[in-house]
Amino acid sequence: MSETKKGSKKNVETLEQVTIRFAGDSGDGMQLTGHQFTDTTALVGNDLATLPDFPAEIRAPAGSLAGVSSFQIQFSSREIQTPGDHPDVLVAMNPAALKVHLSDLRSNGTIIVNAANFNKRNLQLSGWDSNPLEDGQTLVDYKLIDVDMTRLVGEALSDMGLPPKIIARSTNMFALGLLYWMYSRPMDTTIKFIETKFKSRPEIVEANKRALQAGFNFGYTTEEISTSYVVLKAKKPAGTYRNIMGNQALAMGLVAAANLNGLRLFFSGYPITPASDILHILSGYKHFRVLTFQAEDEIAAVTSTIGAAYAGALAVTATSGPGMALKSEAMGLAISAELPLVAINVQRGGPSTGMPTKTEQSDLFQAMYGRNGESPIVVLAAATPADCFNTAYEACRIAIEHMIPVILLSDGYLGSGSEPWLLPDIDALPPIKNHKVTDSNGEFYPFDFIDQEAMARGWAVPGTPALEHRIGGLEKDSRTGNVSGDYDNHQQMVDRRAQKVAVVARNIPLATIHGDDSSELLVLGWGSTYGAIRAAVDSARKQGYSVSQLHLRHLNPFPSNLGELLLRFPKIIVPEINSGQLTRIIRAEFLVDANVLSKVSGKPFFPSEIEERIIQILGEK
Amino acid sequence: MSVNTAEIEQPALKRKDFVSDQVIRWCPGCGDYSILAQVQKTFPELGHRKEQIVFISGIGCASRFPYYMNTYGFHTIHGRATTVATGVKLANPDLSVWVVTGDGDGLSIGANHLVHLLRRNLDINILLVNNRIYGLTKGQYSPTSEPGKKTKSTPFGSVDRPLNPPAFALGSAGTFIARSLDVEGKHLQKMLAAAYQHKGTSFLEIYQNCLIFNDNAFVDLSEKPHKLEHQLLLEDGQPMLFGEGHNKGIRMDGHRPVVVDLEQDGFSVDDVVVHDKSDKMLALMLSELTYMPDFPTPLGIIYQEQQDTYEELVHRQIEAAVEQLGKGDLQALLHEGHTWIVD
Ligand SMILES: Cc1ncc(C[n+]2csc(CCOP(=O)(O)OP(=O)(O)O)c2C)c(N)n1
Ligand code: SF4
Ligand SMILES: [Mg+2]
Repeated sequence: MSETKKGSKKNVETLEQVTIRFAGDSGDGMQLTGHQFTDTTALVGNDLATLPDFPAEIRAPAGSLAGVSSFQIQFSSREIQTPGDHPDVLVAMNPAALKVHLSDLRSNGTIIVNAANFNKRNLQLSGWDSNPLEDGQTLVDYKLIDVDMTRLVGEALSDMGLPPKIIARSTNMFALGLLYWMYSRPMDTTIKFIETKFKSRPEIVEANKRALQAGFNFGYTTEEISTSYVVLKAKKPAGTYRNIMGNQALAMGLVAAANLNGLRLFFSGYPITPASDILHILSGYKHFRVLTFQAEDEIAAVTSTIGAAYAGALAVTATSGPGMALKSEAMGLAISAELPLVAINVQRGGPSTGMPTKTEQSDLFQAMYGRNGESPIVVLAAATPADCFNTAYEACRIAIEHMIPVILLSDGYLGSGSEPWLLPDIDALPPIKNHKVTDSNGEFYPFDFIDQEAMARGWAVPGTPALEHRIGGLEKDSRTGNVSGDYDNHQQMVDRRAQKVAVVARNIPLATIHGDDSSELLVLGWGSTYGAIRAAVDSARKQGYSVSQLHLRHLNPFPSNLGELLLRFPKIIVPEINSGQLTRIIRAEFLVDANVLSKVSGKPFFPSEIEERIIQILGEK
Repeated sequence: MSVNTAEIEQPALKRKDFVSDQVIRWCPGCGDYSILAQVQKTFPELGHRKEQIVFISGIGCASRFPYYMNTYGFHTIHGRATTVATGVKLANPDLSVWVVTGDGDGLSIGANHLVHLLRRNLDINILLVNNRIYGLTKGQYSPTSEPGKKTKSTPFGSVDRPLNPPAFALGSAGTFIARSLDVEGKHLQKMLAAAYQHKGTSFLEIYQNCLIFNDNAFVDLSEKPHKLEHQLLLEDGQPMLFGEGHNKGIRMDGHRPVVVDLEQDGFSVDDVVVHDKSDKMLALMLSELTYMPDFPTPLGIIYQEQQDTYEELVHRQIEAAVEQLGKGDLQALLHEGHTWIVD
């Protein structure tokens, strides 16, 4: 890095952590810009977490508030848990982006704008009464760097004879170049990316590269900026890392479960935000002999998955809340037929179509109870983008080992958020034992347990000689599987299905506490609130508060020691991006006085929001 | 499933090998008995290994079928037999997969899936048991019930326009469309065998008498002497003749079919249209006869064409990817893209 500073009169300061938010119109390429900054930052060796946030509309009217798309990244030289709450830097490519995001910026934060877009029309469209860059009042609490990026990019490309549209489209690279200079990052990853992405259009490659360089040079020469920053490598456990998004990690976890355990992965889905990427990614893994099937709807997706499970595949389907609602009848069939399958719900804002691109944890009740009849099911939730890998593997393991359907909850924040991932040692992943039966040894009873401990029946797949049998969704005899209307048998089967879920608790790890085994307050969480809770708890502990964290991956059944652990804490709060769903389950199950910290705005928790509540409960020090 | 090693080396199976130990619960005299019997009679002749056969059904009287077949069987949920079957067939293309569905199960709640199975053309055999009524739920009108029909849910008569199953299948790009009748044992056996032989989705509509809720719905087709007037038995390459001693035929007057009496109208067999099961326009015309008064009802193979099956294309694409990219390597997959090492 040092040579880029050669001859510079500017100061270089070292920071521990920085949060940047890139915001602009949907057409401004903010997601791409954010991803590039992320890739580069990962390679620099910082710890990081990201949060993309985009409108549900593909192209809302240009310049409108509805059309603003943003990407936030926090990066640090120490371990971090979240994409940060209040950004230090806001890149606002137009007035709408400034309008939407200004209130989140920390005071004294830096604002970088493309001044060219602050024209009368855009200001009007986004509801500014006066031009905030000029009114001498709106932005006084911030450090404003206003750059006419469009003009500077135009100058850099002047000899290329490109239309103004292409020039305007390259301004995001200018912004990226400027931030690379400000935070002392190398540009080669992005240059390579540009060269590959636009391979067939050399003039676009050239335009983007020049715009990137122009931004970098601007930082170097402008008098407006006197300091650049360095964020050192984070100390992390040794190993090979890559940056990973949750949906990607999920897809890989599924492939790993199939690949390492001699099973064929069958995946069926119907496109829905924010789960579609899982279908996209797995469809590219044909060389792993992954069978992907884009079904005509979610009912077809889950029922074809049931068919594939019956025929012996590791069968998985993924969707989001509305699709999960459509699958519920079929999930009951999988429970009744005792077939192994994994149904993934990448949750989003509800009810109904809700907020497709915003995150929520409001489908826990749906997962637990959203079916007719007594129909208990195993429920898991992933905690971080990288954790999606392990949770996917774990979901497959439980499904196959127990001959039982499993629901895996992720959410939009995990699905498209990213973090560095210490690549796992695949040889250390637990082997998954399946219950395929190949001969009858005399009499074969399809609903006899072949593994008593796991309460798993034999997986006698069609094609196996002499094991022909019939299964279905009508109540069945506990041995033969034949239709049965017998009252005692029904009671026995209801109990059996409950028991089948309960015994999974013997096959999962115990819950652990981060902090002290008994402190004044426990912050209990599940799913994607993990990072925000961890950051809040660690910060409060540093200030001397007696608070600990317990985070659940297994929501049904709970780890067998959970009740005992909860009873050690006089106070329990449960931050949830819903109105208190886990809170109610915990209260009902363990009769403890757990209280919800609820937020259902479509945004994840900021650590500060949880920390404030901790301090409020434990009293100001 | 026309060619399969499973057909070669196996001891000859008998009808009783396909009979399960379950007590059959259809009403005495229900047309479903006959359909089951024809299936159990036909299967030994198909020569397919028993363990390679799977029967999948939805919900309804007819959908109890799998329990009575001593093969693999899955009684699923209402309307979804076709999609469960799709998953089974994709996961194991070697299986001979049979769907049994009703006019409610397949054409009402499951109609969407039926469209998509037909257009994808998986090698699955669909037996659509049409009694023009909801049997299991005790007698409501179905999507194939005739207008004006009085049922429990239509005490003043149905105002729904009925759906035409072969036309539905044609419109869904079906590659094998045939019709038979519960009581025409020999004909049904022939159609079952033809459905089995067809590589691709076979759609076999079977008219079935529900004597409890819609008795005599097909009496014109099933009872002598008038059945001869009402059955148009299709044979590929043969003129469309019917009636006592084949005294009548279908003649095309431009695009319009007309019934001609060969003894009275002055037409000969040469004027009668010859059935060509590969002719889609003819198939459309035959489908339209379904509800046309004064016309006989076509039975037999209405349409057939050969297309690649979906599962072949899917698996071919997978093998091509393995060939092109090499067998997937998990370690390499995890390390794909930008990685860095912390030591
Ligand atoms: C989701 C759902 N809705 C409704 C039903 C009730 N139901 C069972 S069978 C059936 C209709 C069956 O009619 P059809 O498919 O024609 O079969 P049939 O009994 O006539 O053979 C209905 C409505 C059900 N089982 N599941
Ligand atoms: S109700 Fe009708 S279709 Fe159902 S079993 Fe009885 S006769 Fe057969
Ligand atoms: Mg019916």
